Amino acid sequence: MRFVDYLMLFGGMGLVTYLPRALPLLYLSHKQLPQWLVDWLELIPVAILSALLAPTLFADSAPRNLNLGKPELLVAIPTLIFAWKTRSLGGTVLVGMLLYWLAGFIF
Amino acid sequence: MSFPSIQRNILRQGATAAWPICLGYFPIGLALGVLAQQAGLPWWAVAMMSAIVFAGSAQFICIAMLAADVSIPSIILTTFFVNLRHLLMSSALAVHLAGVSRRFLALYSYGVTDESFAVNMTRFRAGGWGRWQALTVNHLANSAWILSTTTGALVGQFVPQGAFGIDYALTGMFICLLVFQLQGRIYLLTGLLAAVISVGWYLLIPGDSYIVGSSMSAATFGYLLKRRYQRGK
Repeated sequence: MRFVDYLMLFGGMGLVTYLPRALPLLYLSHKQLPQWLVDWLELIPVAILSALLAPTLFADSAPRNLNLGKPELLVAIPTLIFAWKTRSLGGTVLVGMLLYWLAGFIF
Repeated sequence: MSFPSIQRNILRQGATAAWPICLGYFPIGLALGVLAQQAGLPWWAVAMMSAIVFAGSAQFICIAMLAADVSIPSIILTTFFVNLRHLLMSSALAVHLAGVSRRFLALYSYGVTDESFAVNMTRFRAGGWGRWQALTVNHLANSAWILSTTTGALVGQFVPQGAFGIDYALTGMFICLLVFQLQGRIYLLTGLLAAVISVGWYLLIPGDSYIVGSSMSAATFGYLLKRRYQRGK
């Protein structure tokens, strides 16, 4: 592919990525939101985080299968406890990495 | 040139919040760069893609599709669907950026990713977090992404796989941010429900619709439950 082809491809991808990121912010931030929408949006972060995380912990990706014995899941338990006790984001990331690294020697 | 201390403070606060994201981006970015190089993309195209698109999963899919000789319109359409979930994140962020100028928001929107969204929402809710700190987080993450993907395209094949458990950095970050979000029974229930629905959806339906589908259903269920509980009082 030539430079122009890449520019067209990435320009198109960039546009369809940017619009969903921008339109709600540009529109909703200048509106008085109804209370039900605010209440609903309050629950979106916890739902999205959980939805992003759960398949990583409980399922294989290729092919997609339920797997309750993944090292990702076993490491997640002490990592979650650490996050709960310390409430430190950086510390949790490092502890998770260390445990996952150690788990690599066992599995 | 003197640098006003208030700006230095904003930069420092932004960097403190952003470093776990940057750390997590490195292994993923390197991997993306290596795959892109193997698929025949020059390093400058990788840098260009990361700067223009800035969306990890869509970029991985794009590389796979380019390697399979899929047409440009199909790749763009797929990207659109993969990144639709940002509609939800952008809507949720609007609550904390009410009344901010559209010029700022136009720039801010560029950096709305799963990771920056999660970090900034947590900070906004905790209080003492401003839009400039949030913008700093977006752009530091973006810089780390461009740097790591380009590095991957240039020297990636020499980097050992999975060194020091760095592949777990983003998972660890999401776990901690999830814990921060659990601020009551309704949040816990919504999170558990989203996990169950997303795993089921992920196993049954191919593609990425499980993220939007399960988070919207879980939030709706949680909202209805909360309303019912409040009426019962």
